[in-house]
Amino acid sequence: MSTASLARSEYAPENRSWYKRNEIRVTPWLFLAPAILFFLVYVIIPIFQSFEISLFSWDGLGPREYIGTENYVELWDDPAFYTSLKNNLIWLILYLLAIPAGLFIALFLNQTVFGIRLYKSLFFFPFVISQVVVGLVFTWFYDPTFGLFNTIIGWVGLGPINVLGDPTYVTYGIIAAGLWPQTAYCMILYLTGLNAVDPEQIEAARLDGAKGWKMLWYVVVPQLKPATFIAFVVTIIGALRSFDLISVMTNGGPFGESRVLSFYMFEVALSEYGFRMGYGAAIAVVLFIIMLFFIAYFLYSMYRDERGR
Amino acid sequence: MRSILKASALALATSVALVSGAVAADKLSGEMKIFLDTSNPAPRATFEGVIAQFDEMHPDLKIETTIIDREAYKTQIRNFLTANPPDVATWYAGNRMLPYVTTGLFDDVSDLWTGELGEELASTKAAMTIDGKQWGIPYSYYQWGVYYRKDIFDELGLTVPTNWAEEKANCQKIVDSGRKCYTIGTKFLWTAAGWFDYLNLRTNGYEFHMELTAGKASWTDDRVKATMANWRELIDMGAFIDDHTAYSWQEAIPFMVDGQATAYLMGNFAVDAIKSAGLTNDQLDFYQFPLITEGIPMSEEAPTDTLHIPSGAANKEAARAFLKFVASPEVQTSMNASLGQLPVNNKSSVNTEDKFAKAGFEMLNNAYALAQFFDRDAPAEMAKVGMEGFQEFMVRPDNVDQILARLEKARERIYKD
Amino acid sequence: MFPTPIQKRSRNWQFTYQAFLPLALIMWLLPLIAVGVFSVKPEGDFAAGEYWSLPSTFGGFENYGKVFFESDMPRYLLNSLLITVPTAIGAVALACMAGFALGIYKFKLNLWIFFLFVAGNFVPFQILMVPVRDLTVDMGLYNTKTGLVLFHIAFQTGFCTLFMRNFIKGLPFALIEAARVEGIAEWRIFVYIVLPLMKPAIAALSVLIFTFIWNDYFWAIVLTQGAESQPVTAGITSFNAQFRAAYHLMSAGAIVAALPPVAMFFLMQKHFIAGLTLGAVK
Repeated sequence: MSTASLARSEYAPENRSWYKRNEIRVTPWLFLAPAILFFLVYVIIPIFQSFEISLFSWDGLGPREYIGTENYVELWDDPAFYTSLKNNLIWLILYLLAIPAGLFIALFLNQTVFGIRLYKSLFFFPFVISQVVVGLVFTWFYDPTFGLFNTIIGWVGLGPINVLGDPTYVTYGIIAAGLWPQTAYCMILYLTGLNAVDPEQIEAARLDGAKGWKMLWYVVVPQLKPATFIAFVVTIIGALRSFDLISVMTNGGPFGESRVLSFYMFEVALSEYGFRMGYGAAIAVVLFIIMLFFIAYFLYSMYRDERGR
Repeated sequence: MRSILKASALALATSVALVSGAVAADKLSGEMKIFLDTSNPAPRATFEGVIAQFDEMHPDLKIETTIIDREAYKTQIRNFLTANPPDVATWYAGNRMLPYVTTGLFDDVSDLWTGELGEELASTKAAMTIDGKQWGIPYSYYQWGVYYRKDIFDELGLTVPTNWAEEKANCQKIVDSGRKCYTIGTKFLWTAAGWFDYLNLRTNGYEFHMELTAGKASWTDDRVKATMANWRELIDMGAFIDDHTAYSWQEAIPFMVDGQATAYLMGNFAVDAIKSAGLTNDQLDFYQFPLITEGIPMSEEAPTDTLHIPSGAANKEAARAFLKFVASPEVQTSMNASLGQLPVNNKSSVNTEDKFAKAGFEMLNNAYALAQFFDRDAPAEMAKVGMEGFQEFMVRPDNVDQILARLEKARERIYKD
Repeated sequence: MFPTPIQKRSRNWQFTYQAFLPLALIMWLLPLIAVGVFSVKPEGDFAAGEYWSLPSTFGGFENYGKVFFESDMPRYLLNSLLITVPTAIGAVALACMAGFALGIYKFKLNLWIFFLFVAGNFVPFQILMVPVRDLTVDMGLYNTKTGLVLFHIAFQTGFCTLFMRNFIKGLPFALIEAARVEGIAEWRIFVYIVLPLMKPAIAALSVLIFTFIWNDYFWAIVLTQGAESQPVTAGITSFNAQFRAAYHLMSAGAIVAALPPVAMFFLMQKHFIAGLTLGAVK
């Protein structure tokens, strides 16, 4: 739609149109318009709508009824909500292990030997596979009758452990599956970061007698700060969005012990027995508010960077 | 399997000849969309056969069939009923219709229930009625009960139990022989509800069970506790297979096939899956869930599968004709013979060559009353909370008071209006 | 760069490292290798309880044949393609324009709008679920590929704009100024000067979006149903319901579903990694 007006101004230069006079001011808005339109309709406005829906009792089929903050009051003493919240916290903390794990694999692979590029690709490749497939793969891996996991721990005389059917292990089992691709992601970030590490500084530090852990912590890690920041951002987001793995591996069970907020909200709103759009929206709002702290922090760091440029 | 299908196709052909005379008078045209949840092999083939016959009778009608995975269907029905309604959709009787009836998404089909057809289907009328109207047509129902390894029973010298003491004594012998009494996979929860339903029906009777699922009785009632105590006796004996929380109902079948477990409390639809996993008719048999409390009449679980017309359907005329066709005695006979289930129409006959269908038919005919199933008798939310509680109980029986208190709290909230 | 280059170490060390590499790789990919082995085992091996032995015969052709010819898998794969490609094109196109606007022009709201996109990109998308589902139903796009594509384009625009804007910021601004002095219209600057320079970014972003969207599961189950519109991630669950406990087929199905993004990654590795790690170095 913008091209039409642009074309006209182009071929009638003597008649300096309003557009021509304001070209620099108007152009960015014309270029932004489609993206903003899409983003408003599908992302920004729905966020506010979710806030609104959370104040209603609604089965998603019939008319909805305003109930004020009742959904939130119910949330306040819903044990399933606290289970989800607790699991979300476990996810957040343990998922961050992907960062050091990724760093160590990156250090391990950061050599120049024959075929190393292929090794790097193959190490990275869990990240490319969909989480649904990762979930399936790990479900079989953990299977109590034939799973490789129990076969292996059987060799050292342990088990069998029914990882996904036991409320004490289930969340850790799923997180371990999630860490697999996430570690690969962090690894690739660090491999790229390591390429840019300044060799002169390393040499200088070496001459000063820095070695091993000291070198890593005081010389290398500070230089990897941008990679760490991105790894941190994507890992936090990944942890809070975790849904696919839970849905595929346990469906929230056993008896809801592996739920997280994002799964629980889907469960109450749209799953087989879930008809509570309002309650689901209220859970989503809580999740959003938790996320908001992180978003604010991310934006603040980016803002600092922008100003520093 | 193949021979059953062939036989049913033949039976269908003859039945069509009978029915077509009556229906051919009103010419149907246009398109008809049918959504089915019959994704398992036998039901899939059966429905495809029925639809093909109907199609042949109405050359001007274009029928488009969509078969959706049974589990996925349960969550998708609400979406397609509002967004993209077909003309005919499969579903279940009882409270599971409720959300779609109260919001006007199912068409009132009371007109089909008047006259002869209504009388023929009378046994399921109550399960299809909400607010005094009927909202669908049943096409099949089936029994639940204990499917067991007859060869292992013979080997251990066990007889079919008729009461709770015998059931437990049998189970003790089975456990002593190094096996488990029952296989079960509770990953998707509902299998545990089968156990609860039967234990509760046998311990406290049909009336109390219905009060409980309708939210009129308390979950902390001593009668519920008695049910759970009976269940616990089995759990404490080590009657159930280990790690059942990790399996679906299909994944639990191999334990029975390879002899690690001897019996399975299940619906009759499992027979097809168990046989195709390797058990023969000589190895597999069926018995009624035994008596627990003396003097309580025997009621059974008999879930009814149904067909409905969404209120947004475009070709309701054709849809009604299809429902009538499916409910007719001849189609019911042949269709359920190939499903291995029971016809709803009282003028149709049960496939007597199928020993499981036959046993089920006799059992249900003598039943004091029929329950649908926990998740069809109780409203959706209560079903979910309840079944989760049952699964937890099977793993942590010590939590029983806590679980029942949680269910009671849910009851107070869910049934308040 | 940090660990002492292996060439400077003793021969023993070099040898140990070389030997350890494949071992580590096998351990890392163990769950996947297991599935790969499953997928070429004949059915009989599972019935006999031989889960971890080598395949007694090669059942790969039969298993994969079943996946392709006796299930809806090919249809799901096609759906995935028809969802993924338009989304990648749409999101990248929108982001090129938005990135150009935010990267080149100075105006008051610039940073605010930029942050709006960034923040939206971080939102837990569950909060969008109920309203977006309703919107899609209201537009009559429920259970259509179009409905899914429109949403994906919108949501990915956040990330893509972040990416493009930062990329364009890194381009030499002098080029644009020179063009303006020549009196070239702004939209021509975009088409003839900036766009050609953005080729690597466009390639990187397209590959990334392809992978992200291919692997999406959540929105697939929220906005679509059934074989006529669901992508392969959602299809694999009904595939598994159809072949429950048939591990050889489920494994083959999983591998087929995972393959396209893997192929994409190996073919376009350079762009893929460039896209993922943008910003990992200053």
